Amino acid sequence: VACNARGGAVPAGKSGLAPWIPVVGLEIHAQISSNSKLFSGSQVQFAAPPNSLVSFFDASLPGTLPVLNRRCVEAAVMTGLALNCSINKKSLFDRKHYFYADLPAGYQITQQRVPIAVNGSLSYSLCIDNKMSQMVTKTVRIKQIQLEQDSGKSLHDDARSQTLVDLNRAGVGLMEVVMEPDMCCGEEAAAAVRELQLILQTLGSSQAVMAEGQLRVDANVSVHHPGEPYGVRTEVKNINSIRFLAKAIDYEIHRQIEELENGGTILNETRAFDSKLGCTVPMRDKEGKQDYRFMPEPNLPPLILYDAKSLPANMNHQQVINIDWIHERLPDLPSVKREKLVEQYGILPEHSFTLLNEDGLAGFFESVVKQTQMKPKKVIGWILNDLLSYLKQHSLTVKESPVSCFVLADLLNLLEKKEISSTAAKQVLAELWKGEGKTPLEIVKEQKLELLQDQKELEQICQAVIDGQENEVIIMVPG
Amino acid sequence: TRLKEGLRSQVSAALKEGRVTPTELCQRCLALIKSTKFLNAYITVAEETALKQAEESEERYKKGQPLGVLDGIPVAVKDNFNTAGIETTCASNMLRGYVSPYNATVVQKLLDQGAVLLGKTNLDEFAMGSGSTDGVFGPVRNPWSYSRQYKEKSVPKPHSEDKESNWVITGGSSGGSAAAVSSFTCFAALGSDTGGSTRNPAAHCGVVGLKPTYGLISRHGLIPLVNSMDVPGILTRCVDDAAVVLGSLAGHDPKDSTTIQDDFKPFELPNLTDVSKLSVGIPKEYHAPGLSSEILALWSKAADLFKNAGAKVVEVSLPHTRYSIVCYHVLCTAEVASNMARFDGLEYGHRSGMNESTESMYAATRREGFNEVVRGRILSGNYFLLKQNYEKYFVKAQKVRRLIANDFVKVFRSGVDILLTPTTLSDAAPYLEFIQEDNRTRSAQDDILTQAANMAGLPAINVPTALSERGLPVGLQFIGRSFQEKQLLTVAKWFEKQVQFPMIQLEEVKRQDNGVFQHQKSASFS
Repeated sequence: VACNARGGAVPAGKSGLAPWIPVVGLEIHAQISSNSKLFSGSQVQFAAPPNSLVSFFDASLPGTLPVLNRRCVEAAVMTGLALNCSINKKSLFDRKHYFYADLPAGYQITQQRVPIAVNGSLSYSLCIDNKMSQMVTKTVRIKQIQLEQDSGKSLHDDARSQTLVDLNRAGVGLMEVVMEPDMCCGEEAAAAVRELQLILQTLGSSQAVMAEGQLRVDANVSVHHPGEPYGVRTEVKNINSIRFLAKAIDYEIHRQIEELENGGTILNETRAFDSKLGCTVPMRDKEGKQDYRFMPEPNLPPLILYDAKSLPANMNHQQVINIDWIHERLPDLPSVKREKLVEQYGILPEHSFTLLNEDGLAGFFESVVKQTQMKPKKVIGWILNDLLSYLKQHSLTVKESPVSCFVLADLLNLLEKKEISSTAAKQVLAELWKGEGKTPLEIVKEQKLELLQDQKELEQICQAVIDGQENEVIIMVPG
Repeated sequence: TRLKEGLRSQVSAALKEGRVTPTELCQRCLALIKSTKFLNAYITVAEETALKQAEESEERYKKGQPLGVLDGIPVAVKDNFNTAGIETTCASNMLRGYVSPYNATVVQKLLDQGAVLLGKTNLDEFAMGSGSTDGVFGPVRNPWSYSRQYKEKSVPKPHSEDKESNWVITGGSSGGSAAAVSSFTCFAALGSDTGGSTRNPAAHCGVVGLKPTYGLISRHGLIPLVNSMDVPGILTRCVDDAAVVLGSLAGHDPKDSTTIQDDFKPFELPNLTDVSKLSVGIPKEYHAPGLSSEILALWSKAADLFKNAGAKVVEVSLPHTRYSIVCYHVLCTAEVASNMARFDGLEYGHRSGMNESTESMYAATRREGFNEVVRGRILSGNYFLLKQNYEKYFVKAQKVRRLIANDFVKVFRSGVDILLTPTTLSDAAPYLEFIQEDNRTRSAQDDILTQAANMAGLPAINVPTALSERGLPVGLQFIGRSFQEKQLLTVAKWFEKQVQFPMIQLEEVKRQDNGVFQHQKSASFS
């Protein structure tokens, strides 16, 4: 499904019926990359032995109190700034109550009333049609970013009728990023999330690896006819990759359209994406409509942040967070990096997207450019068409490439100096993939791929060819 | 004798000079605890560890290197403070047998000073109550029930009633700690104060009960009732001792984000002689319905005492006082509902045998673990926190709370240094009479004079003043400015000296001190 413009309509399922406008919003939970948890000193680590990273506070032992982790606040401020948000100089913490085995305190500490950042935006790009030839830029509004605790994990062992609870993850810091329903299809959502992922990884505020649960996306989907109010929305959960995100959303859009066109109604429910079947199924909704009984967290005073103007003179700078100081130290965001690549190397915008989309590829490209006289515009072709497609074919990351940037640069230099033809170069590259440690020059010599530079020698060869083909030559000359 | 002495001047000096050893002191207290077991003041007596601590203290004294004034001093701690290795039950089935892996900050501080922890004292379950009658280990008896003073005044009942049934309550919820201090089984005890839980039993048991300013002493490790109002409370036999204990406990704790950052400097209380520069406020609203004529008279007498000594005594108004009960009820139950959510039987504490489903296990665990009072407050609190009720009740109550706090700000700004009020409506009620009304009714009645200080976060102290007609203690309360504990305690000490509250005359104590007993007329020793 591809929509052409914001709120672009999907072709109607049945002829003669009014078109449908799908509406997609996202709630994204990004695990903060920090040494310790949001309110306690226990470590943050993926795949540690169960219940080995649990402090007294995480286990909700009576009498324990939350202590805010500075690094988590900085991560949220960085992310807010990168997403063009207003950072709230005063934000508050609240308790959200519900009973579940992986929530030891019976409530989650979150920011419901006044979150740390609001009113931002994220720009992302899509290609129109599947060729990377035409890109269009879109924007999605960021409603807010809030700090909150992650829950533990519970595993249901139906065979033994028991639930196993691992609290390692309980209390890890999360940034919940809420994206307004400005998207209209799976592809847009996927592109937006991909861009967010790149931003988070560039900032270092989250490693944002979906497979490790560091980035979780829930989609809110509804459809309506143009001019009519928004339809009932469903929430889609259990999406484990960006690819599945697009699939899940598109499936859900189609499901809703079909349902409505058949005279049915959409329930305001939560549905899980089943990646094997490629569809969404209703989740067992045990609690019905939950009243979370929000209440201010009494053990945490309001979070006060400063900027250069409001920072009191005598304040110990270890004790406070200065938003301007953080802003000055933000690294180049992906969009800026892309612009720079385009400007510096004269490559196409869509090339810059691919370079950044692949971890390490931009760096590889720049290294090669440094070490070769070949124009970047030409180098990019080798990077994107040859290197990247080979890596993709063999499911390798740039880091795992058997051909290093030095080796590729050597090869391109041979080509540039016209010591080999481009066909020969491709042949050499194919050999290099084997990773046997031979240099390009060695392979050229081995396979006798050197280009002949000597004019006389060339004339001799040509003459010999012509001499051997007298008849064809006679036919050719008059014409 | 030793047991009846104040810390700073007497016992500490005696320990230093070797006239008594920490071990002797500890053993005597332990023996007294045994002989006063009928008071039911202690839930757990940590005999072994206490003796060990006493031995270690003794070593230090031998070397001439005591850690401070509190080194070797026997203390008791209310059973809602976490104590590593010693059961912490909150007088509830939910935490019966629960042994915490960590010490509350205040407990750690006492231990770091060399204090000897005798045991954990009894309370109303989860500190909910004003009688110390609603815990699973039974009610605490006021030591004064067995005092000569009370027995002399008691009218002998015509029908053959077990004289045991005449005993009076300690007040609550820190009744065990108040009784422990009052009966000389320890020199100081920690309580907690959320709506008056330290001052109320202090008044009924004739001891000093200090509620510090909110944010001065760490709550890390204090199992919370109402996080925004709870403070650790200090119970001692004289004001000087309260100042000593305060000095060892106060100060910023990084583990408690609600403690203030400012440096705290422990202080010695000056001997105030000239009160002519003092302005004492008498809040007219504290002449509450149900205030006994006896206490009213005493309050009046106290005001005259200040006036005659040259202080300025003025009537002031705290107009929103009458809303404090309702306001407290909403805010307290809401926080209780939230704080009790963690007791689900999964990680620690009682777990029901019901295991059909997680939900049914939760429900059974909580019904079995909590008493009616706790369950009632949870239900109320959840009601007030429902989305449709939140604005009407919780937010409204927060606004009223602000008004109550502002009443105090205005009065203190108008030149008043300190407020003088009664602590309780009457002297301690007999247990059988007290339990005629339910916990909620009692709490609502009894907290009226003490609650507002918790709403406003202000420091307040009960000073034992005189004996009632029934021979039971009556105390008066001083409320001070935020973080002005030094001024508050200085005035309290002056007042204590003026009133010369009589010492309790207990048979059991007499027996313990046989041979070394010196008759003392008052409990203050400055």
